[in-house]
Amino acid sequence: MENKDKFRIPIGPQHPALKEPEGFSVALKGEKIMGVDIRLGYNHRGIEKACEERPYIQDVYLIERVCGICSHSHSTCFVQAVEEIAGLQLPKRASYIRTLIAELERVHSHLLWLGVAGHEIGFDTLLMYTWRDREIVMDILAMLTGNRVNYGVNVIGGVKRDITPSQIQDVLKGMDLLEERTKYYIDLAMREETIIKRLSGVGVLSHEEALSLGAVGPTARASGVARDTRRDDPYAAYAEVSFNVITDNHNDVYGRTVVRLKELMESYKIIRQLLKNIPDGPLSVKAPRNIPAGEAISRYEAPRGEDVHYVKSNGTEMPERVKVRAPTLANVQAVKQMLKDRYLADMPIVIAAIDPCFSCTDRMVTVQNFDTGNHETISWDTLRVYGINWHKDRGVDFSNVTK
Amino acid sequence: MPAEENIIKQLKEKFSIADDKIKTTRQRRIFLEVEAGDFRKVFDFALKQLKFVKLCAITGLDENEKLAVLYHLAQDEGVILNIKISVPKEKPVIKTITDKFSVADAYERELVDLFGIDVEGLKPGFRYPLPDGWPAGQYPLRKDWKPEVKNGK
Repeated sequence: MENKDKFRIPIGPQHPALKEPEGFSVALKGEKIMGVDIRLGYNHRGIEKACEERPYIQDVYLIERVCGICSHSHSTCFVQAVEEIAGLQLPKRASYIRTLIAELERVHSHLLWLGVAGHEIGFDTLLMYTWRDREIVMDILAMLTGNRVNYGVNVIGGVKRDITPSQIQDVLKGMDLLEERTKYYIDLAMREETIIKRLSGVGVLSHEEALSLGAVGPTARASGVARDTRRDDPYAAYAEVSFNVITDNHNDVYGRTVVRLKELMESYKIIRQLLKNIPDGPLSVKAPRNIPAGEAISRYEAPRGEDVHYVKSNGTEMPERVKVRAPTLANVQAVKQMLKDRYLADMPIVIAAIDPCFSCTDRMVTVQNFDTGNHETISWDTLRVYGINWHKDRGVDFSNVTK
Repeated sequence: MPAEENIIKQLKEKFSIADDKIKTTRQRRIFLEVEAGDFRKVFDFALKQLKFVKLCAITGLDENEKLAVLYHLAQDEGVILNIKISVPKEKPVIKTITDKFSVADAYERELVDLFGIDVEGLKPGFRYPLPDGWPAGQYPLRKDWKPEVKNGK
């Protein structure tokens, strides 16, 4: 362990300021960070081992639950590897639908991140705005898949759910709205002094460091590393759409903000192309229960960066080995570098800027009525109305936001 | 000549690789098996001459008598070279590659914790991913390891 002789404070693994369990041992000199040791693994649930003991069909569900936000990323990355081993040719329509959900997931993830970043720098208005707008894409995902997270769209050999012409119109409407909002946020990031001053020069990661430390995703691209799996190693329908790989040379948290905002615009562009050109045809091909012996490595550009899955099969209905490398693990070394010689007060936003995986909420709430002891289920709509009325009773005027 | 074939040609010219030890499974995917002792030479050549500038992941495998380690290296152009080495289960030792890829730190600690592979040259630090109180000699991703059944569930 480095920095043994410095004054150390532990932050985590359980700490009110952390959204997930992770241990930081911070070596300080005054308020300056001399070095950080990071202990991970508190969320290790043995999913790789569990995959070896279940059939592929169940593994798709299990893998989808590696992460709440990137659920589609992981399930796609996994089924791609299995399909490759089994030699299955994905129907075109299925690959378009997969790509569509993937980009919608990126939109929801990036908007979520923008809100969290706003919150971490004390700009909670930005959190409220972005999370309100994020509901547009969450509603679209719920409409298309039935779920806000863990969409359950993928099956080995295709997708489960089709998209109707009227749904396409709804998605396009949503994209128009979100594009307008995103333009506003880009304008905000370009001109708002609070954002520029608070994020510039914070969490610096030079181009060379980003390369040598193996950073991925927006974290790397904000240091001028033009790597994007969607372009470099195309999968699903990405070879058939045109988009730009967004990079930035600020090399700091500000750059990471700009990259994500501009990536949102690219996502809208991709989604429009997919919906315009989606071919007719079947949704899936039949997959064998026993997958022939073989191995495959699959890559996927998740919202946080490159996701890697390796699958080895042995001819049975259960995999021999499943390996998952999520993007955050690749960015840990970069975080250490970003924090070095910086102030302790910058730590929350620097860590948040790589967008480590946070949990997402459920849509259903079960409440117990204390008078009767009965359990009731509140639907999302009822909960929304309840929330609005709760605030109305306390004098908050909603007439401008509840259109 | 497709990029994968060119890479295979260069590897074969430089090292004595038998035909059944190297293959492409599809576009942009190469699987190569080398002796553990030759790994570093091939690895350095892939990095410097063939521009495999990125380490995607390291995967451990339990192959009965042997443990195998798969290094997934990528070029910026999207080709992935998977280099596999095997070590005996009784004395599984490999050498670190953190001198070239510091990101390998977490991946190699996974090999230590989950497969019981000894990684020479790995800097001291926190273990990953198992808890500090995890019993010694228990390597969950080895095939003979089964999770303890509690309360019959």
